[in-house]
Amino acid sequence: MSSDITPKIDPTPDSEKQDLKDRINKAVTTQKRPTVTVLSSLLSIEDELGYIPDEAISIVAEYNNSTINEVWGVASFYPNFRFDPPSKNTVEVCWGPSCHLVGATDVIKAVLDELELDGEGDTIDKIATFKFNTCLGACPQAPVMSINHRMYGKISAKQAKSHILELRKNINGSDK
Amino acid sequence: MSSYETLKELAESRWSELTKGSAPWIKIGMSMCCGQASGAYETLGEIKEVLNSLSIEANVSEVGCLGICYASPVVDILLPNKHRAVYGNVTPDLVHDLVDRCLVKGKIPKKNLLGVENLGTNNLQGLPDFNELPQIKLQNRIALRNAGHIDPKDIYQYIARGGYLGLNRALTDLKPEDVIEEIKSSGLRGRGGAAFPTGVKWSFMTRGEKPKYILCNCEEGDPGAFNDKSILESDPYTTIEGMAIAAYATGSTNGIIFIRHGHDGPIDATEDAIKQAYEVGLLGKNILGSDFSFDLEVSLTGESYVAGEETALMEAVEGKRSMPRARPPFPAAYGVWGRPSTINNVKSLSYAPSILEHGSDWFSSIGVNKSTGTAIICLSGNIKYPGLYEVPMGLTIGDVIDNIGGGVPNGRKLKMLQTGGPLGGVLSSDSLEIRLDFDEMREAGAILGSGGIIVADDRTCAVDLTRVLVAFCQFESCGKCFPCRLGTTNLLEIVERMSSNKARLGDVELMKQIGQTMQAGSLCGHGQLGFNPIESAMKHFKEDWSACVDEGKCLTGSCNKPHFTPINTRPFAEAPIKNTVPIQIANQVGEKNE
Repeated sequence: MSSDITPKIDPTPDSEKQDLKDRINKAVTTQKRPTVTVLSSLLSIEDELGYIPDEAISIVAEYNNSTINEVWGVASFYPNFRFDPPSKNTVEVCWGPSCHLVGATDVIKAVLDELELDGEGDTIDKIATFKFNTCLGACPQAPVMSINHRMYGKISAKQAKSHILELRKNINGSDK
Repeated sequence: MSSYETLKELAESRWSELTKGSAPWIKIGMSMCCGQASGAYETLGEIKEVLNSLSIEANVSEVGCLGICYASPVVDILLPNKHRAVYGNVTPDLVHDLVDRCLVKGKIPKKNLLGVENLGTNNLQGLPDFNELPQIKLQNRIALRNAGHIDPKDIYQYIARGGYLGLNRALTDLKPEDVIEEIKSSGLRGRGGAAFPTGVKWSFMTRGEKPKYILCNCEEGDPGAFNDKSILESDPYTTIEGMAIAAYATGSTNGIIFIRHGHDGPIDATEDAIKQAYEVGLLGKNILGSDFSFDLEVSLTGESYVAGEETALMEAVEGKRSMPRARPPFPAAYGVWGRPSTINNVKSLSYAPSILEHGSDWFSSIGVNKSTGTAIICLSGNIKYPGLYEVPMGLTIGDVIDNIGGGVPNGRKLKMLQTGGPLGGVLSSDSLEIRLDFDEMREAGAILGSGGIIVADDRTCAVDLTRVLVAFCQFESCGKCFPCRLGTTNLLEIVERMSSNKARLGDVELMKQIGQTMQAGSLCGHGQLGFNPIESAMKHFKEDWSACVDEGKCLTGSCNKPHFTPINTRPFAEAPIKNTVPIQIANQVGEKNE
């Protein structure tokens, strides 16, 4: 993901653009935590939309009395932000030392093979986004993977594969 | 404003309803570190369904972590005035039988039983005593005293178990200076890694004008450590009370608990707990009827390991890139938004309530030498019983690994230990006699740090594990100081070469040079300690390195497996060209947020 942060330029109809702007504005102005900063605004948009659209940068800058450069600086710094719409599912596998020692490498390989990827990124059919995670915080259950933030512990390469297959099945219905 | 006595009365009556009433109390461990990943949600759903279908009246609570993560999902069944039975590895298919036999037939089935505790019955012969399990018996839970015992969504359960006695004592009997003295004489040292005396840190804050800030650090990006998140998830009140005590002692008006975005368990639990504390008058204006006021909130950061460094954390709170600041000025003079601030780790703050409740002598009697109190150990890796164990300082590493952790499984031998987070360094198997003591561990070339102990067996190659640790350091470098930004990247390149048997002549020398530069030229511990994993691994596992580097043949073969190393592009990331408008002011009017 982080290797390609250039936003995709696509001809979005005006009505959809307005809709997107409204959603960004709402996310920025209705933050539930009292301290509002550039970072908190960006996180709020990420929670709402799953990514940081182009339009969001200037809205965040304006709302926080900041500059576009500063907002980009923060957004490009934290690897959890992405700049194009995410795939339907997020698959994360932990590669931290605890998981590494008990077989995370095999799990990563199985998942990447199944998703036909060779590293972080989106599958061609936009079914899943694959991410490495430095620690999912469930070390006693290592190796750990998470699908859409639901964690699965003590996972084998085979189980990981079947989780991905299931994901495919749920999305594609019966045709795959 | 409610007084402490009225709160306590209400709490105790609720507690006795749960523990002395007629309905059984079923507790399921749902914390992030074990419950969720092991399928506790399914177990919980099944339990509710079965109770419904058998029309059994029972109190069901989602609780935190008992520490015995290896056995999760853990189901703890309490029958008032009779017994408490704790079951491990309760998968949904076992639930129906378990509920039926425990609650309908009144039996204690032995299948999956970890142990029982007698609460007034006399027919528990032949059943294992839960409190005699080595994993429970060898623990001395202070910061985690309520974890797994109370519902983190009910502040009254915390109060019923002695919560807020400490703050109440501070507000009614002690002056702020006395509180600092009490913490100083307890010998409490910061649990975040640096082991700086907490009381001394607080005393720096007594000067300076309000508003002053108390920050609580739960960034905890260390792989292999999950204790801060577990405390907040299992018992957020102890941290909140600890912060209120710290605020009273230092004259602070505001507090911020800082958690990584995406760790929803601790975030939700903490925010809910703060809301409840406000509702009953334990936060906000005139706490417990005194003239002490304190406001507390949660702030989130993006994924960044360096945000756990104290000044980087302040930058993140202000919404900027989490990069460390140059010191001086120190946080006590110029902290978050330029205000006097002090930062403590979740664990350090969580000890404060107990220290004020039982006195500093009690706390300093636990532990060894200058390391008082307990160590909260996260045990993971190649170990039979991984989990979260709070043990007295002074226990040896061998005790923790063999007696609590059950040793290395599958007849394998212990080879390596990785302590105190990825920068802490590795130890060899002859270090089992080292005691859990900040200074003793530092002398041995490791740190207790965040309390993570990762165990590696003899299938592991030191070079391979080092590669993962260096990759982590590279991935998480914030990029501010070039010795760290470029140094970690170069180190990773070299270790990658070594672990694929393509080492070049002079690589070892080059690594040492880079390591020295990083140590000398980095602002924070990330760069200063970044060479630690390599240095310690080379010291303890010479044969592994010489095999991989000189002979080009890995001893265990683990280097030769295909591996994936995510590369950090953060230091090199640029905004897309079309957005890089030089100094474009979005809003011409108005001042910057200060």
